[in-house]
Amino acid sequence: MAVRLTTIEPWPPTSEVFALHVGGADVPLLLIAIMTFILISSSGTMAMAVTSGYKKERKKTAFLILLTALGGVAFVGMQMFEWSKLIFEEGIRPWGNPFGAAQFGGFFFMITGFHGLHVSIGVVYLTIVAKRVWEGRYDKLNDYQMVEVAGLYWHFVDLVWIFIFAFFYLW
Amino acid sequence: MEEQKHFKHPSFYPGDAPETEHPFSLYISVWILLFVLSAFSYAVDLAEIQGYLRWFLVTVFAFLKAGLVVGVFMHMAWERMAFLYAIMLPPLFLLALIGILAVDGAFVYYIRDLFMPLVGE
Repeated sequence: MAVRLTTIEPWPPTSEVFALHVGGADVPLLLIAIMTFILISSSGTMAMAVTSGYKKERKKTAFLILLTALGGVAFVGMQMFEWSKLIFEEGIRPWGNPFGAAQFGGFFFMITGFHGLHVSIGVVYLTIVAKRVWEGRYDKLNDYQMVEVAGLYWHFVDLVWIFIFAFFYLW
Repeated sequence: MEEQKHFKHPSFYPGDAPETEHPFSLYISVWILLFVLSAFSYAVDLAEIQGYLRWFLVTVFAFLKAGLVVGVFMHMAWERMAFLYAIMLPPLFLLALIGILAVDGAFVYYIRDLFMPLVGE
């Protein structure tokens, strides 16, 4: 943030850079808004999965975790779309871009890149947990705590996105 | 024989058990609330509100959402007080650091603007 504050060149207008062209008009931040809704929804399904886990409802828990992972896949897919658009069409690079301060690209790719990486890891993690729930491993242990642990990881990734959405895209 | 006390969810210790089961309706209402708050933040952008009001609104909505996710989804609201402090205090210190950096950043900006204004301006 200190880096961003100290650049004299204007910061690129995020609202326009991240606009989607829909029906002949630029809708600002549309893709980001959809991504936000998807990630929040996946956090919702995860919270329900944890509750189902405490009730030891095996199939329901596995299904809800898998649904969460699918939300993660959709999120990362949209992020790939976003990245390719920014790289190939807008010409944004970590060392410069046509819109303003050169630091913008470095910030963007590092912040969203690390977040996307954690979402991807989370998808793999959740898929494994879902498989184990489905196989009844936690029934044998009589302990669904691992579902809650996975849930904490996922909610934290969602939490980080809330702040990225606010302080990177909207600020 | 004493039960082996490896780490288990607090609900394993009777008498000191936070609630772990909540109705789905609670999560769904929080979910809807998160949707609405996100829509509000998005509306701030669509309405092209700029300057301090924008930063203020965006920050308020972000922290409200964060509070909901941490409190309800991550079950922080049902944890004991000591745990709450242990988790919440370090980020507060970080927040103070960010505040100090912001003040410093404004100063550096001022100095730069003074001594090396943009080429060609």
